[in-house]
Amino acid sequence: MTETSVQTSAAEPAAKPVSRLERLLYRSEALRGYLLMSPTLLIMTIGIIVPFLILVTMSLWTRDGFSFDATLTIANYLRVWNEPIFGALLRRSFWISGVATVATVVLCYPMAYYVAFHVHRNKMMWIILMTLPFWTSYLLRVFAWKVILGYEGVINSGLQGLGMIEEPLSFLLYSKSAVIITLAHAWAAFAILPLYVSLEKIDKSLLEAATDLGDGPVARFWRITFPLSMPGIIAASFLIFIPTTGDYITPALLGGPDGAMIGNFIQLQFGAVNNWPMGATLSIVLMLWIAAIALVFLFITRQAERRVS
Amino acid sequence: MTSSDAFISIRNVNKFFGGFQAIDDVSMDIGKGEFFSLLGASGCGKTTLLRMLAGFESTSSGEILIDGQPTADVPPHHRPVNMVFQSYAIFPHLNVRDNIAYGLRKQRLPKAKRQEMVEEMLDLIKLPGYGTRKANELSGGQRQRIALARALILRPKVLLLDEPLGALDKQLREQMQLELRALQRQVGITFVFVTHDQEEALTLSDRIAVMSGGKVLQVDTPHGLYEAPRTREVASFIGNMNFFPATVRRNGASAGAVETEGLGTIPVPLDILTKPDGAPVQVALRPEKFALSDTRPDGALAVQARLSTSAYLGERSHHYVTIDGREEPVAVSTPNLHRLAGDDAGTGAPVWLSWTPESIVILDAE
Amino acid sequence: MSDGTYIRRPNRPLQIYAVIFLIVLYVPVLFIPMFSFNDSIYVRFPLQGFTLQWYGELWTREPVWNALWNSVKVGLVVSVISTVLGVVAARAITRYRIPGKGTMVTFIMMPLVIPGIIFGVALLVLLSRMGVPLSLYTVGLGHLIICLPFGVATLLPRFEGFDPSMEEASADLGENGWWTFWRVTFPMVFPGVVASLLLTFTISFDEFIMAFFLTGTDPTLPMYIWGQLRFPQEFPSVLALSALILFVSFFLVFVAQRLGRAGLDNGNT
Repeated sequence: MTETSVQTSAAEPAAKPVSRLERLLYRSEALRGYLLMSPTLLIMTIGIIVPFLILVTMSLWTRDGFSFDATLTIANYLRVWNEPIFGALLRRSFWISGVATVATVVLCYPMAYYVAFHVHRNKMMWIILMTLPFWTSYLLRVFAWKVILGYEGVINSGLQGLGMIEEPLSFLLYSKSAVIITLAHAWAAFAILPLYVSLEKIDKSLLEAATDLGDGPVARFWRITFPLSMPGIIAASFLIFIPTTGDYITPALLGGPDGAMIGNFIQLQFGAVNNWPMGATLSIVLMLWIAAIALVFLFITRQAERRVS
Repeated sequence: MTSSDAFISIRNVNKFFGGFQAIDDVSMDIGKGEFFSLLGASGCGKTTLLRMLAGFESTSSGEILIDGQPTADVPPHHRPVNMVFQSYAIFPHLNVRDNIAYGLRKQRLPKAKRQEMVEEMLDLIKLPGYGTRKANELSGGQRQRIALARALILRPKVLLLDEPLGALDKQLREQMQLELRALQRQVGITFVFVTHDQEEALTLSDRIAVMSGGKVLQVDTPHGLYEAPRTREVASFIGNMNFFPATVRRNGASAGAVETEGLGTIPVPLDILTKPDGAPVQVALRPEKFALSDTRPDGALAVQARLSTSAYLGERSHHYVTIDGREEPVAVSTPNLHRLAGDDAGTGAPVWLSWTPESIVILDAE
Repeated sequence: MSDGTYIRRPNRPLQIYAVIFLIVLYVPVLFIPMFSFNDSIYVRFPLQGFTLQWYGELWTREPVWNALWNSVKVGLVVSVISTVLGVVAARAITRYRIPGKGTMVTFIMMPLVIPGIIFGVALLVLLSRMGVPLSLYTVGLGHLIICLPFGVATLLPRFEGFDPSMEEASADLGENGWWTFWRVTFPMVFPGVVASLLLTFTISFDEFIMAFFLTGTDPTLPMYIWGQLRFPQEFPSVLALSALILFVSFFLVFVAQRLGRAGLDNGNT
């Protein structure tokens, strides 16, 4: 014992003093992890949780001329509950997002299927190609649809030029359909990725087994591929439905009065109407709906995943 | 080994991951210059123990001394130990030379000296001229050697090896075993080697710790583990073993015996009988300690048996024989000493099963 | 080899669908550059001839340059901060056993899904209650919340994609956390870092809804465009500006995607 300890104290850094902090950090892995996460969490807390708490507080205030009456009341929530306009607006928002979501998923599914099963070389390039537009300016992509659908836009002027119509089609712009078309187009990439991932994960030998057991291509698709891709379909629906319900730009540029959604109404409360507490209330109501829908999606996902695995 | 000349001393170490106990009150000593193996099935805690020596896992309680120094607060980069990872962890963005010289940065050596040390290492691992190769141009065996060189160049007090041969194919593995053993003798560094392969552990090690469920079952030399296992678990983990329930018979002060189910009464010297008269024990016998013959051999202990199945394996044949008073067949392994041997009588043929009293191991009853 | 298997035999209708899909995906956006070269104040068919006049006009406009500079400033700061924090967070998520990790990751990823208008409104309310005047800083804060999840999401696969024992090996060979990061971790995740920088810059550069609520007197480029959309006579120059922005965005994102996935997919398949 004495022998060896003499040897070490001369040479190795094992005896080097270690600071208390370093020791504590070395001992606790969780502490190290939290320390690394803390700046990100701090910013997200400042940027999300704190504002959200203030928003909740403000939703319990009321407007008083140009300032606020800070006595807490649920008057705004009662208004949202009682006045049919709010309910109608929420329903319309969900309806528009819902149709856009279904359209996007249905249209993207074959594409994702094609890349997952029939593209063998340069898969990466295909995926990048399909998702690239998503990363570029949302505002400009919506603007592009305004150019296309406008009263004197691409479609109307094109059809007139070809002599197929006399008068411009006025229903194209400022309608629910305009909003739905634009949303479906703008969010396609968001649907493609989860669909592709779930299809790509399917073990090809399962399909061969189904064929071997006598299924033709159609039966095989509905009995094997489709059920196994269910998690992807659910994820894609979720990823489109939730953000589009609160969309502002598309209905603002293309919706007109007919295609206005809850997001426009919220903006209005903070802008022209200048009723911030009401705007806060509507935001909270939207959040609560989103949370409820998210829970439903979560539940369905669990069920679907349990079936798949 | 006494704890005073222990180089690594592990004392009452426990490790919990949440509610799961990965290491359960482990104590052992490892001597300087030893080739020491931790052997066990996956999940037995051997890798966790190794990672504790390296400093990647902390101990929940107990302490580990390396060369007399407590290690609890010493982070991995301050420990005088180096490790060869299971995946080798060769840095893919560096070439072979920079991989090997990675740990030398702090020593601030002149470039020429560093170069010289790297070349020396490349010679040692028999890969001269490989310095500028990229990591992804190397084969599994080469990566393994680079990982060795990278650790050895720092002259660690202990080299830790986490299943370093697991990823290699059988032939290369056997070759690397020999090289590893030779290398260890050459550099004289203490090796702590983790493996699940009992044959590998027996081939390489000076001593082996057999682990299971976070506990150390037995620490012994390969010979000791094989010939004198202390528990049934160790006995069946290393090699094959037949077990016979038995009862201790102390016939006065002069002679002892165990009365077995199936093998009759076997005389044993009194000093290896630790249990009192009438205590239940188990008698264990390795398959190769038995002999089979057509006629009753002279002098040896023998019982009448029936051949159940035989498998011819070239140098040996494996048989199962059934004996009266025992449901489970007895495994027997016989060397095929003569060219025409092994082509035995068919199933159901009567044979004599014989053994010597010295070849039995007496274990505690279940 | 796989080309020949029964399951993967070519499917002609699907192939045609895929091509149409890509055309429909890209064509609407392509109308913007097309009409930006059109020699007419009206955005309609038939095209009137080629001109660079709208681009020339942009060049001389002071507010465009100001807005551009504002967007670049915000974009640079936001992309650097969200990438640095993304690296740190992704490392913590992939390397440490920390209780509550799943909840924290979900929390960080929330802005990917929740409508931006809610965050914009909430921040606006907070800032106004605190008496913080709206400025490029407040826009930057809003963008940081949007970009951080993208930074983390881009870097996570990079960290997951490399063997944690690389870092352990470095520690084992005597390097402390700082040096291990610079000698091993950073070189390994470098492509992901560049991808994250490009991606978060583009997202911030193009972001509208946060800027809409949080901009003070200095508009970002999308805010400037939004302001111009009210004036039909400004359409052509807005088209020219949009075409330029689209081109830059497409380029940056394309490079980012190539880098972000390079090496990951080859290694795994």
